Amino acid sequence: MAEITYREALNRAMDEEMARDAKVFILGEEVGEYDGAYKVSKGLLSKYGPGRVKDTPISELGFTGLGVGAALAGLRPIVEWMTHNFALLAIDQVVNNAAKMRQMSGGQLKVPIVFRGPNGPAEYLASQHSQAFASYWAHVPGLKVIAPATPADAYGLLKSAIRDDNPVVVLESEMMYAWKDEVPDEEFLVPIGKARVAKEGKDLTLVTFSKPIKIVIEAAAALVAKGVDAEVIDLRSIRPLDEGAVYDSVRKTGRCIVVDESWPVASVGSHVAWLVSKHCFDTLDAQVELVSGEDVPMPYNHALEIAAQPSVEKILAAARRVLYREDL
Amino acid sequence: MPFQKREFPNAFANLPKEKALALLETMVRIRAFESRVEELFLNRKIPGFVHLYIGEEAIASGVMAHLNKDDSITSTHRGHGHAIAKGARIDRMMAELYGKKTGYCKGKGGSMHIADFSVGMLGANGVVGGGYNIAVGAGISARIKKTDQVAVCFFGDGASNRGTFHEALNLAAVWKLPVLFVNENNQWASTTPTSFATSAVHIADRAKGYGIEGYTVDGNNVIEVYNAASALIEAARKGKGPAILECLTYRIKGHYVGDPERYRTKEEVQKHFTENDPIIRFSAYLKEKGMLDDAGLEAMKAAAVREVAAGEKFAEDSPYPDKEEALDDLFSFSPKEFPEVVR
Ligand SMILES: Cc1ncc(C[n+]2csc(CCOP(=O)(O)OP(=O)(O)O)c2C)c(N)n1
Repeated sequence: MAEITYREALNRAMDEEMARDAKVFILGEEVGEYDGAYKVSKGLLSKYGPGRVKDTPISELGFTGLGVGAALAGLRPIVEWMTHNFALLAIDQVVNNAAKMRQMSGGQLKVPIVFRGPNGPAEYLASQHSQAFASYWAHVPGLKVIAPATPADAYGLLKSAIRDDNPVVVLESEMMYAWKDEVPDEEFLVPIGKARVAKEGKDLTLVTFSKPIKIVIEAAAALVAKGVDAEVIDLRSIRPLDEGAVYDSVRKTGRCIVVDESWPVASVGSHVAWLVSKHCFDTLDAQVELVSGEDVPMPYNHALEIAAQPSVEKILAAARRVLYREDL
Repeated sequence: MPFQKREFPNAFANLPKEKALALLETMVRIRAFESRVEELFLNRKIPGFVHLYIGEEAIASGVMAHLNKDDSITSTHRGHGHAIAKGARIDRMMAELYGKKTGYCKGKGGSMHIADFSVGMLGANGVVGGGYNIAVGAGISARIKKTDQVAVCFFGDGASNRGTFHEALNLAAVWKLPVLFVNENNQWASTTPTSFATSAVHIADRAKGYGIEGYTVDGNNVIEVYNAASALIEAARKGKGPAILECLTYRIKGHYVGDPERYRTKEEVQKHFTENDPIIRFSAYLKEKGMLDDAGLEAMKAAAVREVAAGEKFAEDSPYPDKEEALDDLFSFSPKEFPEVVR
C-alpha cells in the first residue's frame, strides 16, 4: 500500500480507466499540454495522445455541451472544469441535456459522462472564485454527485463514476489535492451512494462531506479530549445519498450536527438536517444543528474569509448547544 | 498575417505636448504600480491571484485618454492598468490588494475585482468574458438616458472564445449601441497560445460577422492605439454603433505572479521586453520629437515610484476590516441600519 496524494489518486483512476476503455477521453482547459490547471491529468497527454486528451478554449458551455454530445454518441467523456466556479457558465448543458435527456426521451439513451474539478473556497481568491456549489448539482434529478474526501475514495469513486452509465458530477478541492493517505495498490472501486464512518462514536453524530472533513475530525478530537465521543459520517456521495448510514448513527447518538461549507439556504447541509429531523425525530435529544458557510459571497481579506467559513470553533459551539453543555 | 488596416486620422498629431506626455505618464504610473505589486507579492505582502498588466500599458492609456469620467468601462482579472488609466487612486488600489478597510472594495474584492465606480468602472470580472454584456448594458443606458456616453469593454484573446462574446456583439450591433470592444491580444490565455484556441487569425476579423467595423493595431504603439480609439469612440458617441479594436500586445510577465511559465521560453519573453516595450518605444519617439529628454523621463519615473511608495505606506498604515464586516454590503441597505425593514 502506497501513500499517495488525492491528486495522484484521481490521476491513477483516470489513467487506469483510459487504459481499460478506449471510449474514455478527457477534455477541458489546459488538461493536456499543461497537465491540468491543478496537475490532475499529469502525463495523460503523453500517454494517450491529443486525440484523447483535448485542450479546449475558454468555452465552458461549449466543451461541456460537446461532452454531452459525445456521451450520447457513444463515448465516455471526462469533462474537467478548471473550477466549479466556471461550471456555472456550463450549467445549462448539464441540467437540460446531461441530466434530462434520458428521462425525457423515455429511457431510450444513456449519458455516461463525468464532470469534475475543484469546488469550494481555496484561499484569498474572493467571491467569484470561492464558491461551494454542491447544492447546485444536488438539486437536479438525473445527476449523480460525489464528493470524495480521501485519496482512496477519490480513486475508487472516480473509477465508479467513469464506469457509470449516468452523468456524475465530482466535487474536488484545490485544498485537498495535496492531501496524502494510503491507497491500496490493487485495483478497487468505491460504490457511489455509500457513506463512510470516518470515526466511530456514541455521543453525537457529525455529518459532513468533502474538505470540511478536516475540521470535523479536528472538532471530534477536541471533543474526545473533553470526554465526548462523536461519530463522524463522511457522506462521500451526495446523490444518491446514503440516508440509512446517517439515520443509523443518529439513532445511536440522539444528536446531530451537519457541517457543509456551502451557503446555508437550500443547501445539501440543510437538506440532510431536514431529513434527520424528520426520520430520527423520535430518537433526537436536541435540535439538529447546521454549521455552514455564512450567507454572504466570500470576501478577499483572509480574516474575513475565514470568518465566513465553518470552523472547529463553530462546530464546538454547535456541540455545546446540542449537548446542553456550556463547559465544552 | 495581414490584417484589416485602416489609416486612422492622426489625432495624436494635434495633441498639445502636455497631453502627449500625459499618455506616457499613465503608462509609467501603471508600470511603477505593477512592478511594485509584483515585488510585494513575492515578499508575501499581497496574497491571492495577481495578474499583471506589464507590457500592455499603451492600450489602457491610449484608449482611456478619450473617455470622460462618466463614460464606463468593464475590466478583467488583469485590471490594475484599466483602473489607473481610468482615474482610480493608487493608494486605495494598493490598500485593496492588502485586504485593508480603506481599499476600494473594503478588502472584499482583492486584485481581480479592484474597481472604482466613481470614475466609471462597472466592476472587474474574475470570470473571463463576464464584462461584455455589462458594457452593452451601459451602452443601452446611455441610449435610454439620451446622453453621449460610451462604454468600453476590455477583453483578452482567451475571453473572445466565450459564448458571451457572441451574444453581446450581436446585441450591441443590432441596437447600434455606443460600445467599443477593446481586445487585448497578448498572445496568451494563461498557458494557451492564442493561435491554439482561437479560430480567427485576428479577433477583429470577427467584426464582419456582426456587420460592424473591426481593426487590428499595434497595441504596443500608444499612438496607433490612441488614433484608432479616437476615431472609433467618436463614431460610437455619434450613434454609429459598436466596433472591435484589437490591440496586439504581449504578456511580458507570467499569467499570474508566481507562474513557473514552463510553456514558453525566456528568449521569447526577453525579445518582447527589449524590442517591444511600449514605454521605451513611446519615450524614444517623444525624445526624437524633442518633447522629452532623459531628465524629464527620469523625473516622471521617480514621481511614479514616489506615488506608489506613498500608496504602499497608506496601505500598510490602514486598518484591516473587522471580522463582522464580512457580513456587510450584501444589499443596498444594511438590515442593521433599518431593523424595521426586515421585520
Ligand atoms: C470563465 C472562466 N474560465 C476560466 C478562467 C480561468 N482563467 C483566468 S484568466 C484565464 C486566461 C484568460 O486569457 P485572456 O482572456 O486572453 O486574458 P489574459 O489573461 O491573457 O489577459 C483563464 C483561463 C476564468 N477566470 N473564467
